[in-house]
Amino acid sequence: MARMTMIQAVRNAMDVSMGRDENVVVYGEDVGFFGGVFRCTEGLQKKYGKHRCFDSPINESGIIGSAIGMAAYGLRPCVEIQFADYMYPGYDQITQEAARIRYRSNNDFTVPMVVRMPTGGGIFGGQTHSQSVEALFAHVAGIKTVIPSNPYDAKGLLIASIEDDDPVMFMEPKRLYNGPFDGHHDRPVTPWSKHEAGEVPDGHYTVPLGKAAVRREGEDVTVLAYGTMVYVAEAAADETGVDAEIIDLRTILPLDLEAIEASVRKTGRCVIVHEATKTCGFGAELMAVVMEGCFYHLEAPVIRVTGYDTPYPHAHEWDYFPGPARVGAALKKVMENA
Amino acid sequence: MSPKNGLDDKPLELHVPEPEFRPGDRPDFSNVTIPQAGAAERPPIDVPADDIRKLAYTIIRVMNRNGEAVGPWAGELDDERVKEGLEDMMRVRAFDARMLMAQRQGKTSFYMQCLGEEAIACAFQKALRPGDMNFPTYRQQGLLLSSDYPMVDMMNEIYSNAADPLKGRQLPILYSSKEHGFFTVSGNLATQFIQGVGWAMASAIKGDTKIAASWIGDGSTAASDFHSALVFASTYRAPVVLNVVNNQWAISTYQGIARGKAATFASRALGFGIPALRVDGNDYLAVYAVSKWAIDRARSGHGPTLIEHVTYRAGAHSTSDDPSAYRPKEESDAWPLGDPVERLKNYLIKRGAWSEAQHVQAREMLEAQVAEAQKQAEKNGTLHDGPHSSPREMFEDVFAETPLHLRRQRQEAGI
Repeated sequence: MARMTMIQAVRNAMDVSMGRDENVVVYGEDVGFFGGVFRCTEGLQKKYGKHRCFDSPINESGIIGSAIGMAAYGLRPCVEIQFADYMYPGYDQITQEAARIRYRSNNDFTVPMVVRMPTGGGIFGGQTHSQSVEALFAHVAGIKTVIPSNPYDAKGLLIASIEDDDPVMFMEPKRLYNGPFDGHHDRPVTPWSKHEAGEVPDGHYTVPLGKAAVRREGEDVTVLAYGTMVYVAEAAADETGVDAEIIDLRTILPLDLEAIEASVRKTGRCVIVHEATKTCGFGAELMAVVMEGCFYHLEAPVIRVTGYDTPYPHAHEWDYFPGPARVGAALKKVMENA
Repeated sequence: MSPKNGLDDKPLELHVPEPEFRPGDRPDFSNVTIPQAGAAERPPIDVPADDIRKLAYTIIRVMNRNGEAVGPWAGELDDERVKEGLEDMMRVRAFDARMLMAQRQGKTSFYMQCLGEEAIACAFQKALRPGDMNFPTYRQQGLLLSSDYPMVDMMNEIYSNAADPLKGRQLPILYSSKEHGFFTVSGNLATQFIQGVGWAMASAIKGDTKIAASWIGDGSTAASDFHSALVFASTYRAPVVLNVVNNQWAISTYQGIARGKAATFASRALGFGIPALRVDGNDYLAVYAVSKWAIDRARSGHGPTLIEHVTYRAGAHSTSDDPSAYRPKEESDAWPLGDPVERLKNYLIKRGAWSEAQHVQAREMLEAQVAEAQKQAEKNGTLHDGPHSSPREMFEDVFAETPLHLRRQRQEAGI
């Protein structure tokens, strides 16, 4: 057992997977010799050889399209898209190919492929290095979308994703790579070495896809969050004193419907938090799930706290980012008339 | 406007290429140079791309006007195998004619024939080995019809009936058979060109000896995935054959819109350092020899080859298309490379290995086989009259295991 950053945990997951299964291959832009711009694949080429970990041309459609072919062959490619913002040229391959090959071929061909990509803002990445594109995946039938919030989950979920027989979009909140981030950008950074979720067991273990985790139990309001927003929600609950139950969804598709419904039926209130833009963001789906499954248990209208419907601005990053003040205000509002 | 630095600042004008002939014109290809059969060199399979640049601009041909096989690409197939090839092409033609009719009779929604292009898929398939994988487009039915894939299963798929191997989920003709080296056809264009390269890379990663073949049409070479495939194939020296079927027409758009000012589609590969061979796609013997060369090259670890198969789409793009709206009706007959079935038939007759009577007999036999398969398939149903697979199949196989939200939707649907 060791304390790891999320970068080390992700790397360790690939290392463990490559060591156990020679069909696991890792590639992407700057991924081979250098080890990735975020260092997630550092050392893997040296350890497993350049046939199993290598640099790719700057061509996301090529990276994902070739991974589909490899997966159909019988490999388990785990490819990196340098930033989630760069995945769009490969979106056709993800949505119309990887997502449908099992279905359209009646199981004749399958695509056990993982596409890793750093997601979200908080590092002054501007509009092309900060996006949260998860809703664009969740809308498509046939792909799974995973968003871990800590090193332990990142490793277990990534191993589970690599071992999964269907295509998985694995989104790594880049602001969490080096430490939990509660949205207080003007305070000192907490490293994972000082956080208990930085404890990562050696060797092989999995965290199942499709299962949410209750990060904090509470009675008054359910907060549905994932990735960076889990810590923002925790800070907001602490600072407002609202007895919030914080659910870390971990996988947004398949979604843990039962965990959401059980919690909201218990608390009768719900706040949904994500960093992505609001309109047609995944929060809209979460709100619909709550309305369909828990309407008669609700004591107050459900509130969404999200990024605004603008591109991610550079200088105004902290005005855009749904930080603890905005989440706290939502918690207080949903508790009005309680 | 005043000239500056000797330049004349005339208003710029956008150039939009046009085909030579439109409906009402009299198509005349007499200005098109068709290289002589036997004239193109046959290089060793490990040749660097730069040493055979000429082969990207010519047309490799084996059968001459007298029906003789000549030159360094001739002599690959004995008469028995050529007869098989002829029957394969005739089977495809008979199958297409039947299924086109079935669509017109309302038995399915859609069909695409490959009239005039039969030699390409049929000959290519014969140069592959079991275990190799094609990533086809919708016009390579010849790959299945020249293997031992059952015709009745193809028809079950076309009818989306109760015995459809794809459970009624996929459009007609978008077959899938791993066992027969036929990757599930997408229906979107160009996406599979790069997937074939990835499959070939996997074979090399594993140290296997299997090769892949990607397929694309002239129009779709303009898509970005064509270029993705070329750069990946080139960089990783993937054991893949990159087939461009240039049948001159992308629905109503003539090939000049995709090709631009490049002389040929084959020449696209040269910038990637990939050898490019341009072959007479209506010459079964030439397609076989060139395909074999490229397949041998890939399997020997010398990397990818691009083949441009020059042919002509003699029929409509699909049953939803009427080409008389955009090209002269006579253009198909005026096309200088002739009909692949007639040319191979004449070759065999010239060799004394075939006769007109045998040809008629073979055609009747194949038509009877196709008709019998159709009868069998229709016992399993047709698109409009059913029966189909259970609607429950709609919810299966989206994932390996059906997740809760889909199970709930199925329950709501009451199936």
